[in-house]
Amino acid sequence: MKFFRQSLIVLSSILASLLSFVGSANSDGHGEFKLGVVTFLSGPAAEPFGVPAWNGGKLFIKLLNEGKAPAPYNKKGFGGMKITAIPIDESGGATKQVQEFRNLVQRDKVDAVLGYVSSGDCMAIPSVADELQALTVLYDCGTPRVFEDASYKYVFRTAAHAAMDNIAIAKYLIEKGHDISSIAGINQNYAWGKDSWKDFSVSIKKLSPNSEIKNELFPKIFSGQYGTEISALLNSKAKVVHSSLWGGDLQSFILQAKPRGFFKRTQVVFSAGDHVMPGLGNKYPEGVILGARGQYGMMAPDTALNNWFYKAYMDEYGVFPAQPPYRMVQGLMGLKMAIEKAMDNNGGKRPNKDQIAEAFTGLEFEAPGGLVQMKLGNGHQAIQPHAIGKTAKDKDGNIVVTDIVRYKASCVNPPNGIKAVDWINAGFPGADC
Amino acid sequence: MSPKLINNIFFQSIFLMSLLIVVGIFIPNWLVFVITKAIAYGLVGLGIITLMRGGLVSFGQGFVFGIGGYTAGLLGTQAGLTDAILLLFISFIFTGFVGLIIAPLLARYRDIFFAMLSLAFSMVLYGILIKIDAIGGSDGFVLPESTYFGIKPSPEYADYMLYVVSIIMTGIVSIIIKYYYDSTPGLIALAVRENELRVEYLGSSAFNVAVLNFTIAAGLGGMGGALNGIALGHIDPEFTYWTTSGEFVFISILAGYLSVPAVFLAALLLELVRSFSGRYFPDTWQLILGVFLILSIIFIPSGIGSFFKKFFDKFKNK
Repeated sequence: MKFFRQSLIVLSSILASLLSFVGSANSDGHGEFKLGVVTFLSGPAAEPFGVPAWNGGKLFIKLLNEGKAPAPYNKKGFGGMKITAIPIDESGGATKQVQEFRNLVQRDKVDAVLGYVSSGDCMAIPSVADELQALTVLYDCGTPRVFEDASYKYVFRTAAHAAMDNIAIAKYLIEKGHDISSIAGINQNYAWGKDSWKDFSVSIKKLSPNSEIKNELFPKIFSGQYGTEISALLNSKAKVVHSSLWGGDLQSFILQAKPRGFFKRTQVVFSAGDHVMPGLGNKYPEGVILGARGQYGMMAPDTALNNWFYKAYMDEYGVFPAQPPYRMVQGLMGLKMAIEKAMDNNGGKRPNKDQIAEAFTGLEFEAPGGLVQMKLGNGHQAIQPHAIGKTAKDKDGNIVVTDIVRYKASCVNPPNGIKAVDWINAGFPGADC
Repeated sequence: MSPKLINNIFFQSIFLMSLLIVVGIFIPNWLVFVITKAIAYGLVGLGIITLMRGGLVSFGQGFVFGIGGYTAGLLGTQAGLTDAILLLFISFIFTGFVGLIIAPLLARYRDIFFAMLSLAFSMVLYGILIKIDAIGGSDGFVLPESTYFGIKPSPEYADYMLYVVSIIMTGIVSIIIKYYYDSTPGLIALAVRENELRVEYLGSSAFNVAVLNFTIAAGLGGMGGALNGIALGHIDPEFTYWTTSGEFVFISILAGYLSVPAVFLAALLLELVRSFSGRYFPDTWQLILGVFLILSIIFIPSGIGSFFKKFFDKFKNK
């Protein structure tokens, strides 16, 4: 009897899973564009990146479907097609993501996938995307290797890769006359942290060959405790301390370093430091030089499009948008422009993925963070203008970003065909500033 | 059908393999992929079950999973070897060899000490892999598309080809493992599980049993890692991380150590539950997965394999 009951449980669980996929195999509507959205909804990268990005994306998709976005994004949905988003959690590692990607494409039959914060996922997904011929937009991840090591037909990245963040900071330090006779770094011990430090330290060496590297610290990711590192950095007396920490790690570092006077005793630069500002508020230290991986948030340009987006996000969520929502919206805008361009080329009829991919290649579009140009990786990798600023207290005691210097996209991004690291090593040949 | 035929391992395996290969033509592509992946995970689970029969559980099978994956990946990218069958076979042999080298060290320990030491090995490998920038560090690297006897299948059939190859190779390995389980050294493992001291007094070596089982488990894990890497087309240090090892342990517990096919069914169940909960509950999929794990441990404590055993025992008794 017990055996019978147990068999029933197993059988019913198998049946339930079978039924659920039969149910999901519904038809592909004509006036609908199915979009898989992959971003961190759980784990340490959810709160700083995944969730705010998806909040921005969700809001923008809603406004697009209602036709409430300003020109040139005022057409309803994607060229009249209603956008149906299927959100998927990015946590669980690249193995899980490849499978989720296949499920989105083969089971849910999505028309495109937009996603990926983690560089590991961005390395794993493109080869599968091309194999399945699935249109894929990478919206956030930083590694330059995606389009430098390989080329793909159906994969696009609508945001600049990470080299720009560190090159621009090095240029800013020199232009503003900061003392860079000695530098030190604290970066997480994985690809993002190591690449960021390498880009920054080599850029500094190229621009100012006499500066000396004091400490190169690589605490492990998500360690959260930086007492020892802060002591080591203080003892090294480096004039500039560089860090690409993000999320909870960056918050912990700031909260542990501030009481020890760290930010007053050395010039700290955060290559991606703005996204913890909504959370920390006025606890954010003064005098920090920071980038936002683009002209985002407090460093966004004063354009009608940006002011519209900034206000829409602020009204909906009560905080100002930092880099993550900007980047996801940038991805959606790129996809929308590519689809509508392909639609025009196709005589107003719904374009297929090859036509969209063709229209996407080399596309240029105006986003809240400035003009995005798909110039690298043979038209698949975006470059965009950048801004670096310094935190200060305004007269009401609120932390704001001042002393903003804006950089042209072609000034801080390598030209097509040259790897970012080679471009830095060669001393930025052909940079148009 | 005579009970004798039904109880014949060869007949069972060949029937099951042919059935799966035929079914593979009709099921959707994503399911083909999920099954291939379940086979990869199941192979590692089979290794843990081999250890469990001797009373040991490894919390660090990510170690061999990673070695197998990186072996296949590096042979593909560095040496240009892309034949899936060869890659799987070489990974099996090579990882088994690595297992043989470290097995004497591990085999001296039991219970939680064995588990923790195996976990330590996997985390050391993880630490090393994320530091090697030449092979992508924490981002990993992309594997070249695999070939079969020198032929590269077109993208529509690539998934199915790998599916067929993995079923045939896994089928063969499973038959061998089943014969090993029923052989004298395989049965001694069960005796070690019951009472190690008594086995030693009877003249057998529990140490040798542990070494042999760990070597087999390593080979299976390596093959699973290679298959997973080839199927995904990408490999990263996450393969060796402790959460990956934890999944293998769960698969083995869900399957129980009584049956070989149960472990593949357990892996498939886990994959399906994870994939559907991720699709329909993107914010709370871990919760659904957790509830599934708890329920399966409460209601089927001796694993899915116990059903299979009861089913076939009925025929034996007649």
